Amino acid sequence: MNKCVERLYNGIIKENPTFVLMLGMCPTLAVTTTAINGVGMGLSTTAVLVFSNLIISALRKIIPDRVRIPAYIVIVASLVTIVQLLLQAFIPSLYQSLGIFIPLIVVNCIILGRAEAYAAKNGPLESAFDGIGMGLGFTVGLTCIAAFRELLGAGAIFGLELIPEDFRIAIFGLAPGAFFVLAGLTALQNKFKAPSATNGSVPQSKLACGGDCMSCHGCASQANHGTLEEVRAKAEAEAQAKKEAAIKAAQAKKAAEAAEAGKTEE
Amino acid sequence: MNKLLNVSSSPHVRSHESTQSIMMDVAIAMLPATAFGVFQFGLNALLVLIVTIAACVLSEYIFEKVTHRKCTVYDLSAVVTGMILALNMPADIPLWIPALGGVFAIVVVKQLYGGLGQNFMNPALAARCFLLISFTGKMSTFTLDGWTGATPLAVLKAGGEADVLAMFLGKIPGTIGEVSVLALLVGGLYLVWRKVISLRIPVTYILTTAVFVFIFGQQDLNYVLAHICGGGLIFGAFFMATDYVTSPITPLGQILFGILLGVLTGLFRIFGGSAEGVSYAIIISNLLVPLIERVTLPKAFGKEGK
Repeated sequence: MNKCVERLYNGIIKENPTFVLMLGMCPTLAVTTTAINGVGMGLSTTAVLVFSNLIISALRKIIPDRVRIPAYIVIVASLVTIVQLLLQAFIPSLYQSLGIFIPLIVVNCIILGRAEAYAAKNGPLESAFDGIGMGLGFTVGLTCIAAFRELLGAGAIFGLELIPEDFRIAIFGLAPGAFFVLAGLTALQNKFKAPSATNGSVPQSKLACGGDCMSCHGCASQANHGTLEEVRAKAEAEAQAKKEAAIKAAQAKKAAEAAEAGKTEE
Repeated sequence: MNKLLNVSSSPHVRSHESTQSIMMDVAIAMLPATAFGVFQFGLNALLVLIVTIAACVLSEYIFEKVTHRKCTVYDLSAVVTGMILALNMPADIPLWIPALGGVFAIVVVKQLYGGLGQNFMNPALAARCFLLISFTGKMSTFTLDGWTGATPLAVLKAGGEADVLAMFLGKIPGTIGEVSVLALLVGGLYLVWRKVISLRIPVTYILTTAVFVFIFGQQDLNYVLAHICGGGLIFGAFFMATDYVTSPITPLGQILFGILLGVLTGLFRIFGGSAEGVSYAIIISNLLVPLIERVTLPKAFGKEGK
């Protein structure tokens, strides 16, 4: 069960698909015009993600490795069609405003990414929770961006009007606004060195090489993982020692200061 | 003259021009149009002008202080950006809008890309388009002598007639700086006389627009002249399309750039939804400048042809 909670934490915070992995940028930029759209898109994707992860994980031993991608697509596309029909039947207004982006959930990187990276290698329960975590993370990301854009562009959040009509900056509700907001967000992440896909200085992976496979020239291939692991362990031990030394020094300083203070009081 | 014999590496012949002196010339050249705008639209035009320039200069100063860069306020480029932006505004706009535009022009378009010389797009025009999209209503309501009227180009588009003489002299509604072709031409010719700009971009731009409008619009002299005098074409051609940073430096490239601008402006005006298209034509062409420069790169002396 603990693993399931870890999956939720991983999806919502540690590997948030919008803010950290930067996957699924197309819906992130396109449908985040109002907060309610963001929530709707996020939850639709979550529904598809949970069931696709569950089914793919359950079928992972039956699906032949060579045709796994087409098999995943069939599963995901069926689920998306179901979600689309349900939305059309029960929430027609949301269906109208999301438009083409509902069928486009099929090609959302997050869904295929999670199927490849997690569901194909793990059990159904963990995979379902991975889907919930990632889906909620996506929903949170979209809702944050959408609320910000809706506030600036339409002067409201969830339709609740906050800014008078004269002071609304309409461009934030249009396509350029999406890029401004996302660029601003990424700039802040880079500034504070928060983990994100555009911030190369923070290692993303537990691998000794940092997991930067995009710019890997093979020097960190499977064969020398052992060596790299040793290097990493050594570096970690060094860092730990340094940290401890720093803490000790700080404590010593504090003590000295306290003694000094005591002296002056006397 | 320094009596010491200085030994230094090349270049040995240096120009007395500096960024500051060029920007000063541009600012001086815009003065006739500015003065006419203030004379025609009254005190509010002057206020818009002051607020925009102050916003540009202050945001440049503050941004450079915050990011610990060299302070470039004294090269006057922010002043020129502010002036161009203000001259692109209607006179009776609420003053916080030009202020927002000034901050956007300097911080987002200019400084975030590395400051003067690095901006890929004319900051003043990018800010104008930002404001135009955001506050469409307020940015395109022009009043003259107390009544709100359509600009001559909008009248033309709707099938009406335009008074070309009034457009030439400036007795028409419009943005603060674009209305008087006469005042703009005086400034433009000053820039040409001072050799700050060459005539290549303005002339090819205006001619291409005229030819395009003649072919695809109406074959009527009055109509073509109205298109040349209206919609800030003269202002754009002399002051905004010739911006050093965002226009090609090769002579052939400048001519291509002018033709591209003319075609785009004509397209927007004749086939587009709006009556005007100078701003969008210029910022779109700005994006193509690196490509134009690569294509028109002159062959180095001694290099063989392809």
